[in-house]
Amino acid sequence: MEGSLLTLAWVGIVGFAVFMYVLMDGFDLGVGILYPFAPREEDRDTMMNSVAPVWDFNETWLVLGGAGLFAAFPIAYAVLLPAMYIPLLVMLVALIFRGVAFEFRFKARARRYWWNRSFFAGSVLATFAQGVVLGSFVQGIPVQGRDFAGTMLHWLTPFSLFCGAALVVGYALLGATWLIWRTIGRLQDWCFRVARRLMVVVLVGVAAVSLWTPFLLPDIAQRWFSMPNLILLSPVPLVTAVLAVALWRALDNGREVAPFLLSMALFALSYLGLAISLWPNLIPPSVTVWQAASPPETQVFLLVGMAFLIPSILGYTAYSYWVFRGKVTGSFGYH
Amino acid sequence: MELDPLILSRIQFAFTISFHILFPSFTVGLACWIALLEGLWVGTGKWIYRSLSEFWTRIFALSFGLGVVSGIVMSYQFGTNWSRWSDTVGNVLGPLIQYEVVTAFFLEAAFLGILLFGRDRVPRGIHLMAACLVALGTVLSSFWILSANSWMHTPAGFEIRDGRYFVTDWWQVVFNPSFPYRLAHMLTAMFLTTSFVVAGISAWYLLKHKYHEHARLGLKMALAMITVLAPLQIFLGDLHGLNTLEHQPAKIAAMEGHWEGGPRAPLILFAIPDPATESNRWELGIEGLSSLILKHDLNGVVPGLKQFPPNERPDPRLVFWTFRVMVGIGMVMLAVAAIHVVLRLRGALFQTRWFQWMLVGCMPIGFVAILAGWFTTEVGRQPWVVYGHLRTADALTPSLSGEAALASLLTFVVAYTIIYGAGTYYLIRLLGIGPAVNREPPMAEGAGHGMRPMSGAETPAHTITNPE
Ligand code: HDD
Ligand code: HEM
Ligand code: HEM
Repeated sequence: MEGSLLTLAWVGIVGFAVFMYVLMDGFDLGVGILYPFAPREEDRDTMMNSVAPVWDFNETWLVLGGAGLFAAFPIAYAVLLPAMYIPLLVMLVALIFRGVAFEFRFKARARRYWWNRSFFAGSVLATFAQGVVLGSFVQGIPVQGRDFAGTMLHWLTPFSLFCGAALVVGYALLGATWLIWRTIGRLQDWCFRVARRLMVVVLVGVAAVSLWTPFLLPDIAQRWFSMPNLILLSPVPLVTAVLAVALWRALDNGREVAPFLLSMALFALSYLGLAISLWPNLIPPSVTVWQAASPPETQVFLLVGMAFLIPSILGYTAYSYWVFRGKVTGSFGYH
Repeated sequence: MELDPLILSRIQFAFTISFHILFPSFTVGLACWIALLEGLWVGTGKWIYRSLSEFWTRIFALSFGLGVVSGIVMSYQFGTNWSRWSDTVGNVLGPLIQYEVVTAFFLEAAFLGILLFGRDRVPRGIHLMAACLVALGTVLSSFWILSANSWMHTPAGFEIRDGRYFVTDWWQVVFNPSFPYRLAHMLTAMFLTTSFVVAGISAWYLLKHKYHEHARLGLKMALAMITVLAPLQIFLGDLHGLNTLEHQPAKIAAMEGHWEGGPRAPLILFAIPDPATESNRWELGIEGLSSLILKHDLNGVVPGLKQFPPNERPDPRLVFWTFRVMVGIGMVMLAVAAIHVVLRLRGALFQTRWFQWMLVGCMPIGFVAILAGWFTTEVGRQPWVVYGHLRTADALTPSLSGEAALASLLTFVVAYTIIYGAGTYYLIRLLGIGPAVNREPPMAEGAGHGMRPMSGAETPAHTITNPE
């Protein structure tokens, strides 16, 4: 039903879950992307340890996003997943190899380098696949009846591959700024240098995607470049620019927490920009959130629990991050 | 030859879920076992409980990690390979899966970190609470996913409009007719499986004259569990079977190997069911016993496969045997329980080496019974995916090509073989290292918070300095 508050609430919840996933798993995938480039093997231990207590938790948001889509918008789940069959396969297998690396790396002796590779390759491939999914999603999914109507390779376009690459750089920036916050000494110095370079590439990437999208899709061009939207929406690019300058200065001044917060804010704005481009479509270009919504009895049944559970989840997440607060230093006691 | 995406997707689903279920089967029981040991440690202050708990926590960390990564694959496969199913039943099953995520997965994931790495960073009471919450999370997860699965066997509380399912009564959906039986039977199965692993490892240490104190404690506790649960499981299995008889008679006919059905039906001990001739080869049975078990009456009328049109029958060839494997293992478990009681009364439990060898041999049987049970349940449901309503063939993703399905199946087979191989290897190494036997804390306070989930592979590997 057009304009139903219930559906709107669900758009909010699923959108929130996906966003949380991007931020939280974003930084730990980013740590994996930077992993082999770190100067020393001890640094790699530190990097892995900085995310070890939280990565599984971060990944649970991915399951929540998927399950939320399944429950609140089943048709979107049934169309988008088959359309992304191959990139999702790559993502899942990459996440497996990356996830077990946490377990296996410290157990392995001679074969340790294998799990280092598995951690790096898994992180890069999973991120790249997510970017590809995002890119092909923005470009639009053909639907017939209630089914995906394209081929198995529909996702494969220059734009989606570009998005894949851009996301790898983006997550790497999140990872680098996370490490600035959580580490000290030579590793931290290295992260400052890397973050600055990554930031430039990320901004170029965001600009390229922002210009490429309206060029590819006239509807989106219409949305952004017609009056009065041009003025109403102008804060989005303007705030992005301000954030970019602030991030640059924070890195220059050796600030420790601000870079991470500012990079997350950059992601938030890109996400907002995307939402503005696509609204109210859930499966662009043809299926809206109103059409895809599951019936009210389903949405209410879930919302009742959610109203109580999401805040408690956020509460105990905060607690467990707090338990593991503080700098992660070196590889003490590791033989 | 044309590649059939339906068959390939079915093989892929069966392969990945079978791989996945092996880990929950073990971790659900283990989480409860660890919570119990932690409780005993906090309650009595006896170091042995803590050191035993730490030993099993290391094994738990590894198994849990494998359970998580293989589980994520499962939830995405619903959409990628079974999109018609997702669209048709999403209104009903989506919320159950969603509730599993928000009540169980987050709870487990958040408190697992504290359980594994937080011992020296939080007060004892909080650490114990974390252990209990992780255990609760695993049980809640079983609750929701089994509810969803049971609904597909015995759908209730819904109506169909335009070919899709809409809920009329949530209570009936969640507590559908087969759910209580399946939940009880499955949870008991998981506790039995874990108990057999704990008993087997403890017996192995006794045989090798290592870690005596830990081994005796582990053995006693695990055997006590088995003695209670093994008879209970047979009783629950019987109730479960009666429920299945009521709701899915064709499945029971396939499990029993009955083509004709009728009164005084034999309990068939051996046979090769043959769908081509609609009869059994080399049948060996006990007259009337099946009627007696299923109807509690020698003249009770039981169903036969021929009563159902061929396109609504499950194929009995696999189900007949997987069912016998499960029941056979149930009897072996009962025998172990009985021998344990006898030896215990004679005070010879720790001296009887042949029994210890028997326990070592029984370590994997829980896993085998669980897989056999699930194959019985799921293959016996065919050709339906939602029993009596949605056929498996109609649940498939229409756009899926045979090539893509083959590629994904092969990818999973290769990936799981590598992961499973490495995981088993590291697990065996952990078992070889054994529990810490010293009576002092292994590390000074504040040092060595492991990382997760690799918590303490062998050595806690790093430290996080406190901000204070
Ligand atoms: C919530 C859902 C759910 C759960 C908990 C399970 N299954 Fe299942 N199973 C399905 C949902 C399902 C399904 C989606 O309904 C499938 C896919 C295709 C089909 O026919 O049913 C299926 C098929 C399926 C098949 C193939 C049957 C065939 O095609 O002939 C096997 C062997 C299993 N499953 C085995 C298992 C095992 C070992 C499980 C242990 C955990 C299990 N299933 C739990
Ligand atoms: C087809 C059905 C299934 C799906 C889709 C599924 C999905 C999942 C997912 C996504 C996870 C990872 C959660 C995380 O990120 O922490 C998981 C883990 C888990 N699953 Fe499953 N699962 C299925 C079957 C089962 C069954 C039948 C049981 C038990 C009765 C079960 C019990 C668990 C448990 C206890 C975990 C926690 C991890 C562990 O203990 O290893 N699952 N499952
Ligand atoms: C000898 C006693 C047993 C009997 C009579 C029995 C009976 C049954 C029946 C009738 C089913 C199928 C229900 C259906 O499909 O609707 C079943 C399933 C199952 N059994 Fe057993 N069982 C026994 C022992 C065991 C043991 C010892 C284990 C494992 C340790 C086990 C694990 C399972 C599992 C995992 C399933 C599939 C899930 C389910 O449907 O509950 N069973 N059992």
